[in-house]
Amino acid sequence: MIGDWLDIGPVDQIASGNARTLPVQGGEEIAVFRTLDNHFFALVNRCPHKGGPLSEGIVHGRAVTCPLHNWNISLETGRALNPDKGCARTIPLKVDAGRIYLLREAVVRTSAA
Amino acid sequence: MNVPMNLRVTATDRPLAERLVVIGNGMAGCRAVEEILLRDPDRYAVTIFGAEPRVNYNRIMLSPVLAGEKTFDEIIINGPDWYADNGITLISGDPVVAIDRTTRTVVAKSGRVEPYDRLIIATGSDPFIIPVPGNDLAGVVTFRNLDDVETMLAAAERGVSAVVIGGGLLGLEAAHGLALRGMGVTVVHLMPTLMERQLDEAAGYLLKTELERRGQTIVTGGDTAEILGRDGHVAGVRLKDGREFPADIVVMAVGIRPATSLAKAAGLEVERGILVDDHMVTSDPAIMAVGECVQHRGQCYGLVAPLWEMCRALADAATGRPSGYEGSVTATRLKVSGIDVFSAGDFSGGDGAEDIVMRDAARGVYKRVVVRNSRVVGAVLYGDTADGSWYFDLMRRGEDISSIREALIFGQAFASGGALADPNAAVAALSDDAEICGCNGVPKEAVVACIKGGARSLDAVRVRCKASASCGSCTGLVESLLVLTLGEAVEGGPKTLCKCTRFTHDDVRRLILERELKAIPQVMQELHWSTPHGCASCRPALNYYLLCAWPGEYVDEQHSRFVNERMHANIQKDGTYSVVPRMWGGITSPRELRAIADVVEKYSAPMVKITGGQRIDIFGIRKEDLPAVWADLKAAGMVSGHAYGKALRTVKTCVGSEWCRFGTQDSTGLGVRIERMTWGSWMPHKFKIAVSGCPRNCAEATIKDFGVVCVDSGYELHVAGNGGMKVRATDLLCKVATEQEVLEICAAFIQLYREQAHYLERTAHWIERVGLEHVRSALFDDPRAIGRLAARFRHSQTFMQEDPWAKRAAGEDARLHQHLAQVRPYQPMEIKQ
Repeated sequence: MIGDWLDIGPVDQIASGNARTLPVQGGEEIAVFRTLDNHFFALVNRCPHKGGPLSEGIVHGRAVTCPLHNWNISLETGRALNPDKGCARTIPLKVDAGRIYLLREAVVRTSAA
Repeated sequence: MNVPMNLRVTATDRPLAERLVVIGNGMAGCRAVEEILLRDPDRYAVTIFGAEPRVNYNRIMLSPVLAGEKTFDEIIINGPDWYADNGITLISGDPVVAIDRTTRTVVAKSGRVEPYDRLIIATGSDPFIIPVPGNDLAGVVTFRNLDDVETMLAAAERGVSAVVIGGGLLGLEAAHGLALRGMGVTVVHLMPTLMERQLDEAAGYLLKTELERRGQTIVTGGDTAEILGRDGHVAGVRLKDGREFPADIVVMAVGIRPATSLAKAAGLEVERGILVDDHMVTSDPAIMAVGECVQHRGQCYGLVAPLWEMCRALADAATGRPSGYEGSVTATRLKVSGIDVFSAGDFSGGDGAEDIVMRDAARGVYKRVVVRNSRVVGAVLYGDTADGSWYFDLMRRGEDISSIREALIFGQAFASGGALADPNAAVAALSDDAEICGCNGVPKEAVVACIKGGARSLDAVRVRCKASASCGSCTGLVESLLVLTLGEAVEGGPKTLCKCTRFTHDDVRRLILERELKAIPQVMQELHWSTPHGCASCRPALNYYLLCAWPGEYVDEQHSRFVNERMHANIQKDGTYSVVPRMWGGITSPRELRAIADVVEKYSAPMVKITGGQRIDIFGIRKEDLPAVWADLKAAGMVSGHAYGKALRTVKTCVGSEWCRFGTQDSTGLGVRIERMTWGSWMPHKFKIAVSGCPRNCAEATIKDFGVVCVDSGYELHVAGNGGMKVRATDLLCKVATEQEVLEICAAFIQLYREQAHYLERTAHWIERVGLEHVRSALFDDPRAIGRLAARFRHSQTFMQEDPWAKRAAGEDARLHQHLAQVRPYQPMEIKQ
């Protein structure tokens, strides 16, 4: 159903190797990443360590390095890579006809708690 | 340099020793002699017959010679001195033509007769020439010896096209070498898969694709019908399906056959090869055979590693302590600049065998391990061969892998359950006889013994036991052994840039200049980064090294910069930023102060504070407000203070002769002038300057990267100081008389630091590493050096001195500051009844 997915715009809003942010009123900000090989991922924009903005980290391969204390977070699973432990919540994402979609329920859920 | 024909290197007669004659001056024959001499140097008087008119060289390394990567001299194993020093008579260029077993003599082509008590046949193998018309035309060569290489090089000079018949290990190396020499190369291979003896279909396909991408034409399933000629010289090759390819040279690399004619004529038992037992003895007890010419337990070998094992067994038997050779499990490593392929054992699969496969198409990696009865029986690795030695070791030891089956394909680091990708732990776990260097047959215990015997650096190991001295694929393993054996005492060899590469910082910087690399992806491709996109360590470092090497020409990668340098502000723990406008020399004005105060109030900044660098810091600014904040500050004439970057930070001053009763020079004026010259420059790390008006040093110049202490007669220049966690006072660099000299030397010192220090080295660490004398030498030995360095700095500054805030305020890179959108969940209204 169309309504299940939130259209957040064309893919070229985000440059390769970069991320952009999507604040959610009453909820947690979401970071949308585009890797150097042009895959897209979305995570809640909070490092499981001390809440740093993952969107500002350096993207390499399928991971991002948090700018505060250099934790490496997998973009695919949200999990911190060895030796750190923790998980950032992932938001299901799909790309269709050149536009980025996020699962509406996962986005909005952040404002429930 | 070729030794002239009929070289006779003779030495003292030893009439009481047994006479040992070796037929064959190749790798197997000479290694057998070396092993014998190691065990019992006086037992034999040795005579070696060699068909080629030259000393003993590493035949495998002919490929790099063809490719132009090595010279012949560099691949010599034993030069004339070795023969002389060991009392060996070398008769080269005069091949043996007959063996007479009844009289125990050999007869050479010249007619010379040599008696023997013991004979070793090490005649190697002959290349197979396919029986098609035209195979005897001029320009058809094999790839066995230096003469072949010289023929190929001559063809490359004159000719345009080459056809290599045979897409196995040897054929592909020939193709690579000829392609590097500028020829258009076509490889014709009979089977559907390249290197089908070592690779499975998948890996063979990946290899074919990569070689085609490099411009070679690969024809698989191609059966040669005829070699076409013109005026007695090759002109092309025609396949059975009718396709034709032009050729100025045809390389025949379709396989080798053991050279057994001598043995056969002498009446020894011969099948495909000369039959030998586990002690390398033929059907005649006085005659042994070793190398590619033999057949042992039904096997003939065409790779080098089994040769070393055979030579050891032969030497043990020949010196009275027979050990017994049981055959070899072989592994192949193909290294064709950038293509890493590893193959071991039996990977034909089939019933009872289990395949574990891992692919990573984006990285061009394919790994397959074949398991039978819980034991590794074969492995094929393409693109990521780091675990080759480990799989091979598991195979040879027949180790039960049931407990690590799940993680097996990910390699030793994961399967051992140990720390992520610790190369040292992986090497420590190898058994003592695990082979480290395949090219030279050096097992782990030999490398460790060499290190313990005094080889404390990679170079020393290479020289003394030859490990990693040839193709270099095992360099990482050798380095790990150095670290494991010596710990901190490993000498030489600075650390590599990061885990993605084996190169050091200095190597990378040099190569960036030499090869004119100007973009990060280009560096990673050309220097064979082991990861597809680098990591958070190397990306910023490379970005800086490119910036420094090619100001104005390089391709900057913003997403490879640390967040502060991307946002031109300091990220704080809550994700907001702090803003520090520049205050030249620590001097401000009412206009600037008012602008700062206005910004604080307008954006409700929670805190405003004076910094240690003599300026003002505004805290708590959100990223989306930064451009507007900067625009307001810019309106008051302020620019970025670069308080966030690996760049020139501040120039602190104390008041000098303008105001202070002790001031000897105009320290504030000088400070401002220095700051105007140096602001905006990116460096390996933050750089802080201070100018004190007199030796009381109120500006704390002696803990700065570059500090000036004014004195009556001029200016003392201090360098490499550091406040912070580990305080280091400056070293005195020199003393000058004029402000102009201060500026010039400051620029030169900064440029030297920029060009030479490793990324993330403060000047203090850099000078501790290279020594103050090195810096003094670089600046003062040549009277023109300072001028040159300063000029390079100024040139670089023409590109760097742009206020990043002004550009952002004008809207550049706006998307870095803007959200994509904002989500406002719909809240249904309560309808009151």
